Amino acid sequence: MPALLEMRGISKVFPGVRALDHVTLTVEAGEIHAICGENGAGKSTLMKVLSGIYPHGAYEGEIVYDGAPLMNRTISDSERKGIIIIHQELALVPLLSIAENLFLGNEVARNGVINWPATFQKTETLLAKVGLTDAPTTRVEKLGVGKQQLIEIAKALAKDVRLLILDEPTAALQENDSAKLMDLLLELKAQGITSILISHKLNEINKVADRITILRDGATVSTLTRAEISEDRIIRDMVGRDMAHRYPDRTPQIGETLMEVRGWNVWHPDQAGRQMIRNVDFTVGNGEIVGIAGLMGTGRTELAMSLFGHSYGRKITGEVRIGGRVTDTSTVAKAVAAGLSYVTEDRKVLGLVLEEPVVRNITLANLTGVSKNGVLDKRRETQVAERYRRAMAIRTPGVFQKVVNLSGGNQQKVVLSKWLFTDPQVLILDEPTRGIDVGAKFEIYSIMNDLAAEGRGVVMISSEMPELLGMCDRIYVMNEGRIVGELSRAEASQEKIMAMILKNHGKAA
Amino acid sequence: MSVDTNHKDQGIRALLGGHLRENGMLLALVAIVFFFTLMVRGMLDVDFLSAQNITNLFLQNSYVIIMALGMLLVIVAGHIDLSIGSVVGFTGAVAAVLTVNLDWPVLAVILSCLTVGGLIGAAQGYWIAYWRIPSFIVTLAGMLIFRGSTLWLLGGQNIGPFPKTFQSLSTGFIPDIFGTWDETLAGVERLNSTAILLVALAALAVVWIGWRARNRDAEFGMTPEPMVLFVARNILLSAALIFVGYKLAQFRGLPNVVVVLTVLTVFYAFITENTTIGRRIYALGGNEKAAKLSGIRTNRLVFFCFVNMGVLAALAGMIVAARLNSSTPKAGGGFELDVIAAVFIGGASMTGGSGKIIGVVVGALIMGVMNNGMSILGIGIDYQQVIKGLVLLAAVIFDVYNKNK
Repeated sequence: MPALLEMRGISKVFPGVRALDHVTLTVEAGEIHAICGENGAGKSTLMKVLSGIYPHGAYEGEIVYDGAPLMNRTISDSERKGIIIIHQELALVPLLSIAENLFLGNEVARNGVINWPATFQKTETLLAKVGLTDAPTTRVEKLGVGKQQLIEIAKALAKDVRLLILDEPTAALQENDSAKLMDLLLELKAQGITSILISHKLNEINKVADRITILRDGATVSTLTRAEISEDRIIRDMVGRDMAHRYPDRTPQIGETLMEVRGWNVWHPDQAGRQMIRNVDFTVGNGEIVGIAGLMGTGRTELAMSLFGHSYGRKITGEVRIGGRVTDTSTVAKAVAAGLSYVTEDRKVLGLVLEEPVVRNITLANLTGVSKNGVLDKRRETQVAERYRRAMAIRTPGVFQKVVNLSGGNQQKVVLSKWLFTDPQVLILDEPTRGIDVGAKFEIYSIMNDLAAEGRGVVMISSEMPELLGMCDRIYVMNEGRIVGELSRAEASQEKIMAMILKNHGKAA
Repeated sequence: MSVDTNHKDQGIRALLGGHLRENGMLLALVAIVFFFTLMVRGMLDVDFLSAQNITNLFLQNSYVIIMALGMLLVIVAGHIDLSIGSVVGFTGAVAAVLTVNLDWPVLAVILSCLTVGGLIGAAQGYWIAYWRIPSFIVTLAGMLIFRGSTLWLLGGQNIGPFPKTFQSLSTGFIPDIFGTWDETLAGVERLNSTAILLVALAALAVVWIGWRARNRDAEFGMTPEPMVLFVARNILLSAALIFVGYKLAQFRGLPNVVVVLTVLTVFYAFITENTTIGRRIYALGGNEKAAKLSGIRTNRLVFFCFVNMGVLAALAGMIVAARLNSSTPKAGGGFELDVIAAVFIGGASMTGGSGKIIGVVVGALIMGVMNNGMSILGIGIDYQQVIKGLVLLAAVIFDVYNKNK
């Protein structure tokens, strides 16, 4: 079978950066082709070249699609040829209905007048194809992220897609939604639709991909066939070095109990009578790394945020002891003063002031530490930022660089620096490695180990079980707002965690 | 990914250095002043930069600059205040009623008016900060409420005149402590030595502060702006300051308003750049959620910004009333738009989180010089509005263009 798509010698240069360097990519008709690479390896840039976001002439090299040279000037050029890209940030209008979203810009209309019966009928057919049964008039904002992702795919189907490009489609999905999405991809493949899947998640790639192309530093490293795919091989090609040790070595030295939470209850901030956290007890010791496992939406973030200055929820009851003494953590300032820090799950929205420089972000939570009587000592502030830049190996041209220009891993290090500068006794890290490439993950893990070695307590919330198993001394398992189990490092395994979650499913009511 | 480190981009952009925006604004102001000087001389054979006109420029625009200082904080925090024009009218009316009708002493009137302004700001800020009602709506309501209240308080009449002491808020001058130099010097009749001295000190301070900031940047490892540029800008600034001071000295000396303006500008520049409260306001405007989760009491800061705005609007209201020597129901109408325009011309971002005091002052001066210059040239109010609108648009487009670059 001839290849559906051939990209040859694609190069794209931005001012100061060579984003793509003679990249080659061949996608056969009817296959699912995965593209892997660290953040900044050039995956998204390559797809932007393909989909016409960078028009023909803005890059070097040639693209042959369906036997003819492809010279897109706009996105609609490529969409007309059946090349449709679904971006990481979904492009749906939350306040419009499913039907309106599916045919946005592509309405079933005559002379600008929309034919609603036909629209609804077509919508239902498309929804059935992606396995959804929601009413076409449902507003998109009412749907979860998983369903929204499926709506995006239905939207692509509405445009007669031939080559579907998915840019990290499962980054924000929980495991069962991800699995559904992968099944759908396989179904579409059976219908003859070719897909390109950009993903960080190796298990997904293993499951669906026929072939995989690995990019590193803007160049093609290898294209592997199904028989050659193995996690070790992929990781080695991605990072260019062996990652025999994905988690840094550490000898835990756990002292006495540092923080203790007893009988913690939290209600939903808007929906009266909905309890989000039920009677949670947990402890963290000196120098201990404690994990909290659980599916998304089981209340892990809600637990952390309610502990941290009552930043989430209402009618919060329960007791927090830090260093043996009952501690008031009812405002963020009090929680910080008591030695608690919380690194949010969403660093861009909740953790950083993106348009401000590194230095200002690092000192934000402890401005009194660099000021006297409310007047800032800028020299001291810069010294503090420099110290953390070196200690954390934050890769930036300087501490006056805006954090928006930093990569995900380095942004996370800035957030960590901000909290370390408050000198916390206990740090709660919520999904600390989400959206960070493999190399930077290792650095974040090392920092966590250092923190524990200094005698601080670390609480790590994560959806990635291997990471919890690799890092934690103890793991609590949460489900539906409760802690349903506790496992020591020795006894913990993915199977046991899943079993605890499933066994307790639906018990809370 | 290889990072290209050679910067061959040695155009005007590089020459203006990292402070493209501020330097550009300063150049624009100088260019506009030059333009009007030439036009006014050419067409009317009058000196645009006469002592009297420079004095006038400051008296006419003081209220815009004063309120722009407060508006910058409000806009940096991510809000807007549409009520300030009405607050100017209302506090002016309060001043008139207290002074003219009730015969209160001037100091008591001033303090009362500032308090009233603060209370108005607090009343609006309360809903905005603690109830999260959009500032646009709350202050739009405030705009109507206080315009109506002004009419009611004044009974639809003008109230005046004010006693001399109150008028001196706007039309007074700093007395000459050292006595005027006589005619032997440079053939000029009278020269107010206090004015000259103060302005010379100000020029020295500007250069000294600039020099210190430059040294500190270098110490922090930031690429300092090119020396040529630094020297050129400081020579230009000092020359302009001394020129203005010299001119003012020829007339009646330093207007009180100029002193108030300078003190407030320095004060707010310090607040925004060197204090924790300033830093927190920028963080709040940049990302409110992140600021909150960093332990910053964002509600209280927003509240503070509106109280501060109210106090400054009250000060402006008294200066306007003192200048007109009566309080009128229409006083302050449309001021909010001039002030907001000055803040955006000065480089503040619509979405909050960025903007500088010095930019705002230069922005207000650009608007002021254009108003004054066009009026002297006899350009109709119709054209004036169109031109001002275009300048605002151009300044913001310039910002957006630079950001996307």
